Amino acid sequence: MFDALSESLESAWKKLRGQDKITANNIKPALQEVRRSLLSADVNLQVVKNFIADVEKAAQGADVISGVRPDQQFIKIVNDELVKVMGESNVPLAEADTPPTIILMAGLQGTGKTTATAKLALHLRKQERSALMVGTDVYRPAAIDQLKTLGEQIEVPVFEMGTEANPVEVAQKGIEKAQAEGINTVIIDTAGRLQIDQDMMEELISIKNAVSPHEVLLVVDAMTGQEAASLTATFHEQVGVTGAILTKLDGDTRGGAALSVRQVSGQPIKFIGVGEKVEALQPFYPERMASRILGMGDVVSLVEKAQEEI
Amino acid sequence: GKTRRNFLNQLKATVGKGPLNEEAVMEIEALLLQADVGIEATDYIVETLQAKMREEALPLESAIAYLKEIVREILERPFQEKNTPITFAPEQDKLNIWLITGVNGAGKTTTIGKLAHLGQKSDYTCLIAAADTFRAAAVEQVKAWGDRANTEVVANPGKNTDPAAVVYDAISKAQSKGTELLLVDTAGRLQNKKNLMEELGKIRKVIDKKAPDANIESLLVIDASLGQNGLRQAEAFTEVARLSGVVLTKLDGSSKGGVALAISKQLNLPIRFIGAGEGIEDLRPFSSYEFAEALLSE
Ligand SMILES: Nc1nc2c(ncn2[C@@H]2O[C@H](COP(=O)(O)OP(=O)(O)OP(=O)(O)O)[C@@H](O)[C@H]2O)c(=O)[nH]1
Ligand SMILES: Nc1nc2c(ncn2[C@@H]2O[C@H](COP(=O)(O)OP(=O)(O)OP(=O)(O)O)[C@@H](O)[C@H]2O)c(=O)[nH]1
Ligand SMILES: [Mg+2]
Ligand SMILES: [Mg+2]
Repeated sequence: MFDALSESLESAWKKLRGQDKITANNIKPALQEVRRSLLSADVNLQVVKNFIADVEKAAQGADVISGVRPDQQFIKIVNDELVKVMGESNVPLAEADTPPTIILMAGLQGTGKTTATAKLALHLRKQERSALMVGTDVYRPAAIDQLKTLGEQIEVPVFEMGTEANPVEVAQKGIEKAQAEGINTVIIDTAGRLQIDQDMMEELISIKNAVSPHEVLLVVDAMTGQEAASLTATFHEQVGVTGAILTKLDGDTRGGAALSVRQVSGQPIKFIGVGEKVEALQPFYPERMASRILGMGDVVSLVEKAQEEI
Repeated sequence: GKTRRNFLNQLKATVGKGPLNEEAVMEIEALLLQADVGIEATDYIVETLQAKMREEALPLESAIAYLKEIVREILERPFQEKNTPITFAPEQDKLNIWLITGVNGAGKTTTIGKLAHLGQKSDYTCLIAAADTFRAAAVEQVKAWGDRANTEVVANPGKNTDPAAVVYDAISKAQSKGTELLLVDTAGRLQNKKNLMEELGKIRKVIDKKAPDANIESLLVIDASLGQNGLRQAEAFTEVARLSGVVLTKLDGSSKGGVALAISKQLNLPIRFIGAGEGIEDLRPFSSYEFAEALLSE
């Protein structure tokens, strides 16, 4: 699936072959290839720059392991750095000490918020956590119908007040209902909004202030390009995100947006969406994402084996 | 912003002195890459500019103007080669079928609503086929757009019914009513899903077979915030749906939609419309001039 990326990286490693040390000089072409690869994978340009600087530092300090070629070792260094940046291990969903746990969904138009709301509710139900979904998207035609249809599919109740209501009030009333009924977790679906739409961002801030969520999840389409960095920055600055969901990873995108989202927000990616169906939600694993972006998993495990043997 | 200013400063320092220096090249590369133009198209644009700079000592204004010209030329080539008019309109007194395709959430249904509105305003008789029979409340959504645009929607009330059958019914209806513009809304599908792409291929076949005399346009809806995967989308959809053009949505955001430039260059597909908002009026014909200006501004 990621042939082009592997190939371009390999051509970089070839330039290192036959040299038994990684030096400031011989690393340059390889770094250049990593740069091109990451850009082709849609990692944000600024994020790439920072990342390359980190790799350069890490590589020059590295001891060459016997039985491993420098080029292979370099792949391992890039991979490790990528995993490190992406967050070391899988981070679960927040759970409040006193229910209900409140989760607020946010993101651009069409990224998969409403679908992810249902996916999360089903995920919670499987953990015996009851859920209530709250429909505050009063703008998009049939947005509430969509949430209700999904609610019926997964047998999770939906709270809504129609399309004439104020989204902030709907969110508040939804929480009250959950409290009254002893529901464990409330997931608030919101309308899609551009980060440069000041009015809509204000609305989201108002919802947040009204309900004090334990989790604000930024839903990002994995196919997003350079914009991933600036949208994350703005949502994080203005609303404060606690985590992200990366959707549509069942496609063949390399998903470089993952790196941008993680780097810019400093918050973990908690789940990935891997299909249109309500079951298609998985926890996020940084190692898997790194190897997806690099497409060099085999070499990485080879080096790991060599390291173990020492 | 900063990138453009750096770029302009670099240009100022180097223009009139032969080709751009490394720093100037990096600045312009950054500008293009940050707009999702992609490495390949960016390399092409930079090399073309460099070739010109080697030939003649261009003053600053001319260098920038030439850069825009390169971008415009990429965007206009598909129009010239396919000999299609820049202004894009259905033919009157004849059935025109516009098949609207794309990945999930790109803006297909919204674009259908806007196109229906535009069609009605321009006195075409319009009809919408609700051929997304899969997504939750997709039919309700397109019906709401039909109401707004005052356009009838042909749908199958059943769940998960065959979308090709809906299209077949809609064409029958259009033919018997003498409809001029039939807009076909399809379900979002990722281009690597074999079954879903086959399903789309089947829809295209039904259209070709059932309406052999109609003018058929097959438009791919591309979200402006997309990265390089947009190229793969265009490749796959071209094959299956026999694309004739692109609609670029969500340009009201801060994304420049640079991948559309790459698509135009690599697949020779004209960009037909620009979506710039969620409202019914927020659809514009594509202008290569505006696109180039926006792409190369901060
Ligand atoms: N293939 C795939 N499709 C997905 C995934 N998540 C969501 N979708 C699809 O993406 C499209 C948009 O999803 P929605 O949940 O409506 O997105 P949204 O963010 O709520 O959209 P707005 O409310 O309009 O902003 C739908 O067609 C979904 O079926 C995923 O992980 N994989
Ligand atoms: N800001 C902005 N939002 C848009 C534009 N076009 C569509 N949208 C929004 O994007 C979201 C998805 O639009 P849809 O028309 O449902 O997309 P779709 O391609 O039909 O989605 P699926 O059928 O689920 O694959 C909705 O929230 C729309 O309001 C646009 O030009 N600008
Ligand atoms: Mg939604
Ligand atoms: Mg749709």
